[in-house]
Amino acid sequence: MIGTTPATYAPEAVRKRLQGKRFDAKGFAFSACLLAALLITVTLLAVLLYDVINGGWSVLTSRPIEFLTGSLSSAAADAGIGQGLRGTFFIAVFVILVAFPIGIGAAIYLEEYAPSTRLTRLIDVNIRNLAGVPSVVYGLLGFAIFVKALGSFTGPDANGRTVISAGLTLAILVLPIVIITSAEAIRAVPDSLREAGFGVGATRWEVIRSHVLPYAGPGILTGTVLALARALGEAAPLILVGATTGFLSGGDSYNLASLQGRFTAMPMVIYNWTGRPQPGFETATAAAIVVLLAVVLVANATAILLRNRYEKRR
Amino acid sequence: MAPRPGESGVLSVESLKGAPGRFRKESAIRRVFFAAAATSILISALIVLSLAGEAWTFVTQVDYSSLWTDGWFPRRGMYDVKTIFVGSILVTIVAMFVAGPLGMGAAVYLSEYAKPRLRRTLKPILEILAGIPSVVLGFFALTWISPEIVQRLNPESSLFNLMAAGIGVGILTTPLVASIAEDAMRSVPQALREASYGMGARKVTTSTKVVIPAAVSGLVAAFIIGISRAIGETMVVAIAAGATGGSLFNLNVFEPGQTMTAAMASMAAGTDAVKGAGLTFQSLFFVGLLLFLITLLLNVSAGRFVRRVRQRY
Amino acid sequence: MPPEARTKRPTAGSGIPASRANVARPVARRGGDPASSSPVFRLDDLSVYYGSFKAVRNVSMSIPQQQITAFIGPSGCGKTTLLRCLNRMNDLVDIARVEGKVLYHGVDLYDEQVNPVEVRRRIGMVFQKPNPFPKSIYDNITFGPKVAGVKGNLEEIVERSLRRAALWDEVKDRLKDSAMGLSGGQQQRLCIARALAVDPEVILMDEPCSALDPIATGRIEDLMEEIKTDYTIVIVTHNMQQAARVSDMCAFFTAEINEHSDTRTGILVEFDRTETMFSNPQDERTENYVTGRFG
Repeated sequence: MIGTTPATYAPEAVRKRLQGKRFDAKGFAFSACLLAALLITVTLLAVLLYDVINGGWSVLTSRPIEFLTGSLSSAAADAGIGQGLRGTFFIAVFVILVAFPIGIGAAIYLEEYAPSTRLTRLIDVNIRNLAGVPSVVYGLLGFAIFVKALGSFTGPDANGRTVISAGLTLAILVLPIVIITSAEAIRAVPDSLREAGFGVGATRWEVIRSHVLPYAGPGILTGTVLALARALGEAAPLILVGATTGFLSGGDSYNLASLQGRFTAMPMVIYNWTGRPQPGFETATAAAIVVLLAVVLVANATAILLRNRYEKRR
Repeated sequence: MAPRPGESGVLSVESLKGAPGRFRKESAIRRVFFAAAATSILISALIVLSLAGEAWTFVTQVDYSSLWTDGWFPRRGMYDVKTIFVGSILVTIVAMFVAGPLGMGAAVYLSEYAKPRLRRTLKPILEILAGIPSVVLGFFALTWISPEIVQRLNPESSLFNLMAAGIGVGILTTPLVASIAEDAMRSVPQALREASYGMGARKVTTSTKVVIPAAVSGLVAAFIIGISRAIGETMVVAIAAGATGGSLFNLNVFEPGQTMTAAMASMAAGTDAVKGAGLTFQSLFFVGLLLFLITLLLNVSAGRFVRRVRQRY
Repeated sequence: MPPEARTKRPTAGSGIPASRANVARPVARRGGDPASSSPVFRLDDLSVYYGSFKAVRNVSMSIPQQQITAFIGPSGCGKTTLLRCLNRMNDLVDIARVEGKVLYHGVDLYDEQVNPVEVRRRIGMVFQKPNPFPKSIYDNITFGPKVAGVKGNLEEIVERSLRRAALWDEVKDRLKDSAMGLSGGQQQRLCIARALAVDPEVILMDEPCSALDPIATGRIEDLMEEIKTDYTIVIVTHNMQQAARVSDMCAFFTAEINEHSDTRTGILVEFDRTETMFSNPQDERTENYVTGRFG
């Protein structure tokens, strides 16, 4: 306590004072609560994974090929996710081709070129807010723009309800995430590196291409992969742009002409099957979830590991 | 070696202009990147435009008495906005009861207590949880949370209920809250903690009396962003809360119900076009605009709080 | 110009500094008497602003060719700011703005038509902290020549630059290794080699030794002495002994406190031969500084 001076400095007395209270009950309770919060979260994740793997195991082991390549069906025993995988594949292609270049380009502009003007700040705030817009609202955007307004381009014979519309909608959905994560990676590049480049007479673009982008590369890659995983798992926008939920004739072809036809995608298949009362669909749904999680979580885990490795190296 | 201007005695403005081709390329590249950045403004404008037109039609043409009825049944011309609004609020409250303590607790533990090695293991697990698609959590809410948790707590509750949906949304929101809150905690300078330890304070005192108050703006921001995410979450509610066609006004979280997001999904799902009487199609956009404005408001205010922390340190 | 900024231009016939003999390192002095050669830079009433903040004001001076000119003075007196005006590095700061003129062989560097990229190729820079690119030693040297469109033999440029920077013997067997594996002193010499690779006329050095130990510092100082036969060097330094050891001309800056805004604006106090500055300064403030009574 303040104000108490030890009467003696004998070693025994000093040691006793330095030991303090043996057990800090309040501190222990506090940290136990915090750890519990963390462990509950982790446990829920484990239960979830166990629940779906356990549920879908029988389907995945008894008829793996038929399940992965088969078409939608009203009979759970025949139902497959081939068409869903196809849709998800094309969505990934659109996100990679549209959102990645535009997003990384925008990040480069904001971090490297943009003067600190009112317009730049407006764009910056705007992007942050766009990242917080619910995905279902992006679905409405996709519905109004790609399905209705541009339907003659995205799918004249399918009322615009095609994988082109879905892919573009999801590309727009993840664009702000790509921009924000890429901009963060670019911001982490030390200024001394840029100065070194400018100091030997390089132009802005030469400095960016040769020094900034290689340095920020792993960070940008991590952000884009996380964004891609997000796009592949989104279902709400797909409902709005009209992914097929029932039967789908065709829709399993990978040629380009088929892009303008009706489609479905993995999250839509799962959503649809979850709501089916027929027996057997619960296991089929669980199996489909295992496949989707495998795709999304492997992408995520790769990105996270990649980032952690590069963070450690710096 | 090139002749040095000082030696030859000739140097003009011309010779400091540089190669024109190189600099034309430079400005072309700059324009391309600017166009990319401007796309974000274009998207925002498109969102507002695509929502506002139909929403305006709805507001001007709807019979106002149909906005205050017994439930939300758009295909029958009953647009009781308070039903789905209250549904959203209920789900969000339940979700934040889950995500608030779990997310904040996890954040404080990771930032203040976890040894670096434990942190390196737990943080990626949280990030993996953040990557789980919402349809998957919807399925989990319906097939596990509802029977195993909600119906055990309250045997009266139906299989489809707002409680299970809320818990599912909460689990989905937890990693987001944890990540933002942890950022806020870690941005508190180490010197502040050392000052506290230097006076002989214990870890629990340092955490609760020094670090958390210093990071409080960021923690509030984490909570608000969590709310915004929970209100905007669609699939968990669409799957686990039932009430696909519409819903009566309902304050009981153990009963089926509908949120703004789920109402939008169910209007669009399963049919080739949005069908229904009168203004069903337009009501979809009206609800979308409402949702957009609510989340925008929440995100902007969260941004304020985040900036407040940044300015201080 | 304010009366206190008694900027002395070197006048003809002021003699070769006797102190050079103390360096005990005979060097070929192609430049000869600093006063006799035409100046590389002439600053004409130059002021630098960051937004509304005035960082440096009303500096006028001439920097001679193939000499080492040192900028000395206390922290926050605008030495680095001024140095960065000499190759337009300040352009990279959005809010930076200059008034007055920076004449490089008579051409105003801030002329609308002048391209800063071209300026920086001719006027190279070495920074406070060694900042090699996180690439191979070879790539560090060749980046400048490549972007400048040099078609010649890159291997030759690499060897010539590294030899000039007294680094060749240490790294010739590991040119493909990462530059990040070099020691701090080696990294800084690599940065000098990198600056030399684009064949500039002037090299600006912003406290190049502040992150180095005394031995590495000594090697950089030797190097500067050696290359000044071919290059004009302007160096900012906090270290007065360093200025006395290596420089031919010396400019002393100080900061005046602006009463209303509590900010500091740098001013040039005195500019003369290094020898004169250290043995017989004209201004009391210079004397206080060089004798260690202030700063």
